[in-house]
Amino acid sequence: MNQEAVIKVINVQKSFKAVHAVRGMSLEILNGQFIALLGPNGAGKTTMVEMIEGIQKPDSGEILIMGKHWKGNEKELRRIIGLSLQETRFIDKLRVCETLRLFGSFFSLGPQRCSEVMELVGLEEKKDAYVVNLSGGQRQKLALGVALLNKPRILLLDEPTTGLDPQARREVWMILKKLKDESSTSLILTTHYMEEAEQLCDYIVIMDHGTILKEGTLQDLLGKSSADIEKKDEYTGPPRNLDELFIELTGRHLNE
Amino acid sequence: MINRITNSQLWHLILANVRELIREPAVLFWGIAFPILMSLGLGVAFTKKKDVTVMVAVIGREHLVHAPGDSASVIQYFLEKNRAVIKPDKDGSLAGELKVADEKLGGTTYIFKDLNWKQAMVSLKRGNLNLVMDEIKGKVVYKFDPMNPDAQLTYLKISKMMKDPELIIRPSGSEIIPLDVTGTRYIDFLVPGLICMGVMMSCMWGVSYDIIEKRSKKLLRRMVATPMKHSNFLVALITVRIAMNFVEAGLLFLFSWMVFNITIQGSVPALILFFTTGNIAFAGIAVFLSSHTSKTEIGNGLINLVNMPMMVLSGIFFSYHNFPSWSIPAIQKFPLTMLADGVRSIFIEGAGFREILIPSAIMLSIGLVFFISGLKIFKWH
Repeated sequence: MNQEAVIKVINVQKSFKAVHAVRGMSLEILNGQFIALLGPNGAGKTTMVEMIEGIQKPDSGEILIMGKHWKGNEKELRRIIGLSLQETRFIDKLRVCETLRLFGSFFSLGPQRCSEVMELVGLEEKKDAYVVNLSGGQRQKLALGVALLNKPRILLLDEPTTGLDPQARREVWMILKKLKDESSTSLILTTHYMEEAEQLCDYIVIMDHGTILKEGTLQDLLGKSSADIEKKDEYTGPPRNLDELFIELTGRHLNE
Repeated sequence: MINRITNSQLWHLILANVRELIREPAVLFWGIAFPILMSLGLGVAFTKKKDVTVMVAVIGREHLVHAPGDSASVIQYFLEKNRAVIKPDKDGSLAGELKVADEKLGGTTYIFKDLNWKQAMVSLKRGNLNLVMDEIKGKVVYKFDPMNPDAQLTYLKISKMMKDPELIIRPSGSEIIPLDVTGTRYIDFLVPGLICMGVMMSCMWGVSYDIIEKRSKKLLRRMVATPMKHSNFLVALITVRIAMNFVEAGLLFLFSWMVFNITIQGSVPALILFFTTGNIAFAGIAVFLSSHTSKTEIGNGLINLVNMPMMVLSGIFFSYHNFPSWSIPAIQKFPLTMLADGVRSIFIEGAGFREILIPSAIMLSIGLVFFISGLKIFKWH
């Protein structure tokens, strides 16, 4: 893996009136790295991702994408980023292939790339179906397909499997695993499913109340935490998974 | 060249808007079928002079039929003298039927129905009748709403007939020459108004609501997170909407021409220019209106806030000159009033470029001012 940082987040803060959504976060995402921002609802994951996407502006701190700020480089950065927002609804009465052609045209892509993406996300059979007639899982696959159209250097997925049944969730994971194997795309994924972070990502950032509680590889996190806990609390055994680690850090479950 | 166009984002945005529009049956109904049905209904109601039936309540059965030995009442004498047929109605009451034929104004059948006061009031409230007759000490008393023009007309006709029964045989003492000057019928007034109202509704719901809905569904945010040009999004939306407005207006005109023989007496190119600037004005207002909110409920309210006053006041269905004179200068400044006045002047007064040049410039300015102001505060995310 090329160790070049594609995204640098430096001491970023963001508030909405009295709510401090992100409190001084710093992150570095390397080329080809898959990172999970793991945390419960209200942890600040979406705000953080939206700032990286250029949709929100940080109150303070700095965000660099491929060494560039959003200001003055928006046109260029939009070309290399693919993203899927939480709960995006596409145009109901457009067909799957038409939706991909529409978004493909924004990147000057032809029908060939749209067909490739349909195959990649497994929607060939649904290519003539209206978006309104797709199931939740198929809609999520379409959102993922739209995000992958431009073969992005950076992929940002905000809770891509929330609300999906286990089968549909696994299908989305398969698509992302294939992407990891076949490309050098860097991924930031927000989730409150620990299995998703464990299965897909090689670096996990656990967040709550706008701050990073812990970060590292899965092994690092579970290994380090037991020692930390032994020092502070009476708890002696190491945490067996991320949910247990989260309980130890906050006293709450991830899905609360 | 063709390949370049068909691969461009503007082309695909236009295609997406067209597809979204034509695949929604409700849009086609409200945009095309509804105005045609409305013109048909109102046109038939107000244009075709058919024989009409007017019901009048007579309080007290004794005024329609008298007991043996009693003398006839004034109303009964009038009906008998004119050979009115008095017979029981379905509900058991008596009804005297008097037919007055008139080739020029259309025949009228007057039904004098015996009702008690309560029944008469119920019928009055339901709009079945607008005049109540009674007889007190041999004198006919008329009771009606003096502010209701229909009631006034019924009163004038009946009271005149009762004074001078000769009018029934020859209702018009003076000669009536029906006017057949093109453009003087109600339908000639109505159709241009409906076309203009269609432009306003179409822009408000098709542009304003569409933007707000896309924002509320986060689709707008998703689209601008790509290299899509923001201007292309709005240009495509407005272009498709204006093109659709031309189709809707064309179909309504075609229908009116076939059914009511409506013609355009002024300059067609001037009409196209003015209609286009009217569309630009409302598209600009629509963009301004939808520039900030992402809540469809608020959007609904804002759209109704613009639509309702103009629909009521701008003289679409009836002339705004019926409103108090102090309000007319303000009403004339509404964009819909300006558009309707201009389109009507071309349709029925024979206006051309000279007459609509200034109104066109005003409409264009309204559109640009609202569009630019809207863009300045436009919330893309």
